[in-house]
Amino acid sequence: MSLFAKDSMEHDHLEQLENQSVYILREAYANFKNLAMLWSIGKDSTVLLWLARKAFFGHVPITLVHIDTNYKIPEMIRYRDQLAMDWHLTMVYGQNKGALERKETFPDGNITRLQCCKNLKTDALKNTLSGEWPRYRLNLQTGKYETDKNKDPYTGVIVGARADEEGSRSKERYFSPRDKNNEWDVGDQPPELWNQFKTDFAPGTHLRIHPLLDWTELNIWEYIQRENIPITDLYFDKGTGKRYRSLGCYPCTTPVDSTSKNVAEIVAELKTGKFANIAERSGRAQDKEDGGGLETLRRDGYM
Amino acid sequence: MEPTRIATPFAPTGVPGSMVDGRIRMNIVIVGHVDHGKSTVVGRLLADTGSLPDGKLESVRAFCERNSRPFEYAFLLDALKDEQAQGITIDTARTFFKSGKRDYIIIDAPGHIEFLKNMVTGAARAEAAVLVIDAKEGIRENSKRHGYLLSMLGIKQIAVAVNKMDLVGYSREAFEDIRDEYVAFLARIGATPRFFLPISAFNGEGLIHASDKMPWYKGPNLLSAMDNFEKEPPKANQPFRMPVQDIYKFTSLGDDRRIVSGRVESGSIQAGDPVVFLPSGKKSRIASIEAFHAVAREEIGADISIGFTLAEQIYVGRGELMVKAAEVQAEVSRRLRINLFWMGKKPFQPGKTYHLKLGTAKVPCRLEKINYLIDASETGGQTKSAVERHDVADCIIELSKPLAFDPIARLEATGRFVIVDQYEIAGGGIVREALPEDAQAIGSAKPSLLSRSAVSAEARAELMGQKPALVILSGGPGRDPKVAAKALEARLIGLGRHAFYLGLEDAQEADSHQSSESGDAKIVSGWEAEIPAAQLGQAASLLLDAGLLVVAAAKGLDSEDIKTLENLVEPHAVLQLEAPADAEEATGTTAGLVEEALAKLRASGAIGGI
Repeated sequence: MSLFAKDSMEHDHLEQLENQSVYILREAYANFKNLAMLWSIGKDSTVLLWLARKAFFGHVPITLVHIDTNYKIPEMIRYRDQLAMDWHLTMVYGQNKGALERKETFPDGNITRLQCCKNLKTDALKNTLSGEWPRYRLNLQTGKYETDKNKDPYTGVIVGARADEEGSRSKERYFSPRDKNNEWDVGDQPPELWNQFKTDFAPGTHLRIHPLLDWTELNIWEYIQRENIPITDLYFDKGTGKRYRSLGCYPCTTPVDSTSKNVAEIVAELKTGKFANIAERSGRAQDKEDGGGLETLRRDGYM
Repeated sequence: MEPTRIATPFAPTGVPGSMVDGRIRMNIVIVGHVDHGKSTVVGRLLADTGSLPDGKLESVRAFCERNSRPFEYAFLLDALKDEQAQGITIDTARTFFKSGKRDYIIIDAPGHIEFLKNMVTGAARAEAAVLVIDAKEGIRENSKRHGYLLSMLGIKQIAVAVNKMDLVGYSREAFEDIRDEYVAFLARIGATPRFFLPISAFNGEGLIHASDKMPWYKGPNLLSAMDNFEKEPPKANQPFRMPVQDIYKFTSLGDDRRIVSGRVESGSIQAGDPVVFLPSGKKSRIASIEAFHAVAREEIGADISIGFTLAEQIYVGRGELMVKAAEVQAEVSRRLRINLFWMGKKPFQPGKTYHLKLGTAKVPCRLEKINYLIDASETGGQTKSAVERHDVADCIIELSKPLAFDPIARLEATGRFVIVDQYEIAGGGIVREALPEDAQAIGSAKPSLLSRSAVSAEARAELMGQKPALVILSGGPGRDPKVAAKALEARLIGLGRHAFYLGLEDAQEADSHQSSESGDAKIVSGWEAEIPAAQLGQAASLLLDAGLLVVAAAKGLDSEDIKTLENLVEPHAVLQLEAPADAEEATGTTAGLVEEALAKLRASGAIGGI
């Protein structure tokens, strides 16, 4: 431990979080043949991607899957493809083309926010993971997406959910089973002790893997700062006095009032500033539509 | 848009011993029988230490008023609609509060028996525990069960809080009766509580102040008892152990490193240290420490996920335990005495194959014998034929192949395991000791369906003009003894002998293929499916009983496998020959090997001079 004696105590805490997440990622890689990692382009799943590079010594031997609702902020897609090329990622996206064509979306004014989330996120995710809908894979030579030939269902899906995001996520396990319909039985979860995880599962079911379960929003930003992880600049104020605290679809995600222009200022703001006691997802409108909106979505497969 | 206040005080961490802003954090689990008041204790601690977000207490009070329910502190913890509907804690909700000394992560584990696995999940992450007993109801089944489990989970610091003292008139006698009975009970399982204290969580007596209702009690209140718990000392002085998670060789982008990866569970290691992998016994030396985007380190200590390259390339894989050659070695055995708690819907029973997971090893196992049940309900020491759900038992298990581990008294991380029943983690436990391997027990894998014929082995040998023997042609990596084995069979037949070629190498290749594909929805149907040596032994045993000379080729058999074979085919002879490196290529070498095998068979009396 002499190595860390000089380091700050926060560093020590981040060190422990990092070690645990890396361990979980390697367990996932060792136990699942068809493994995918969901990359929302946001800060959490980008930290997760960075942790995968840590776990696998600079390589990312896991397919990255992005669910493109077609309403993502355009900078997000550009940032995604740039990082995928730079880091040689196996990058795949899927989307609910049918709902978009039929205009069954909230921005089209035809359905509620929650129903829109179900169409563009939950259903797209379900069918992309199962391989029933086409997947589009980035060709690292040409920089263009092509229809992916691999249609096998992913049996292990790594997700950047954190327990502190809201109540239902505090109930998750590191390795959390989902049944054939992607459903989560919150009352009957597997035991998890001594870093032994549920890695055996019945055909047709799959596991959600949560390496970031113990991280807080502050930990994420402190780690981005420590590691100097390239992050999309939508999180920073660019002179308008507004920035995004949480990234989603632009019709349902509002920027917050903040003048934080870089990672260090965000860390300071979270620690002592006005966000110290305000929930991160307060800018996400779909959480408020019914009493247990997010939990209802999560039971049905939402991240 | 007006931002919402944080609705719940959740601030989780599963990482013990952490510090934030210079304050030490400690994970504490609150356990006890259902309705003995765990959630009330936590809710009251949150409220009394001023750890609740603004307005939370008021909003819960208002909620209760609107719904005509009496206010309860436990409601503060109910994060999910489900929980409020059922009125019980279904999972290990994680909350936190501060004392003057440090921050506490409180793991509020469910007391209802149905949720034992949730309680275990929560408690396994804790550094210390508060066990709550209802003063009026007294010691109940789960008061005891949670007591054993804490001990098995390795939690040594326990405060027992006798709650609801108001319901027994704050009676000293009531408190002392419970204390004496429970201390005596814990002593039987070798545990001693650090503190035993009377409280009334509902009325806030004895929680953060001394209670003037109980002047007869001179000990610390609950919060100061918790502040007196100590942080676990660092594990650097223990022997080095690292379960191998994987060997990585990512060849893309010109990377030619072959990296042994894992997380150090105890001890420390440096480049240059000689290491041994167990159970294989293979030896090498640390060439370099590997990490991505990290400061260079000379020494790697406990809890660090890391990678190493080795000086001498050896074939090891996931599931081996890396230890330092110069230190006390882990034990290797396939018969263990364990303490086990069972959470599975179906009981843990003899004759059925399960999988034991310890570190990164996963080995088929079977229950050999239940020594005794640690009974939570009434008297101790009763016997049963299976370990049922919620039972805690001392038992003996046998493994299909050797496992590297430490007895729990020496090291905790490598002395703990879980047992998987089909797809589910159904049990957890600790290894007490390695037991001598019982040839009888291993021999019991021999097919038992067949009754012995009345014809003696001697009579059969005379009829066939040969004594049965098993000839194993083996070879290391890159050597294929299959060709030589088939040539030997042909030669024996040519000589008029009754020989039979038994192809093991296919089974073995299939097995190594399976493990490289990493257990994806793969259920092993029986005890033997993962054991080529045992499979070969069983098949050979029948063929040998029938009087045949059995020729088999097998790559990479270790001495353990040969022992298994000898046990299984007893009383028949096993002859082993090593294929030379180029046996497959050079027919001359193959012929030489065949002659060598014939000479051995003659010398053993299997053929020729009967």
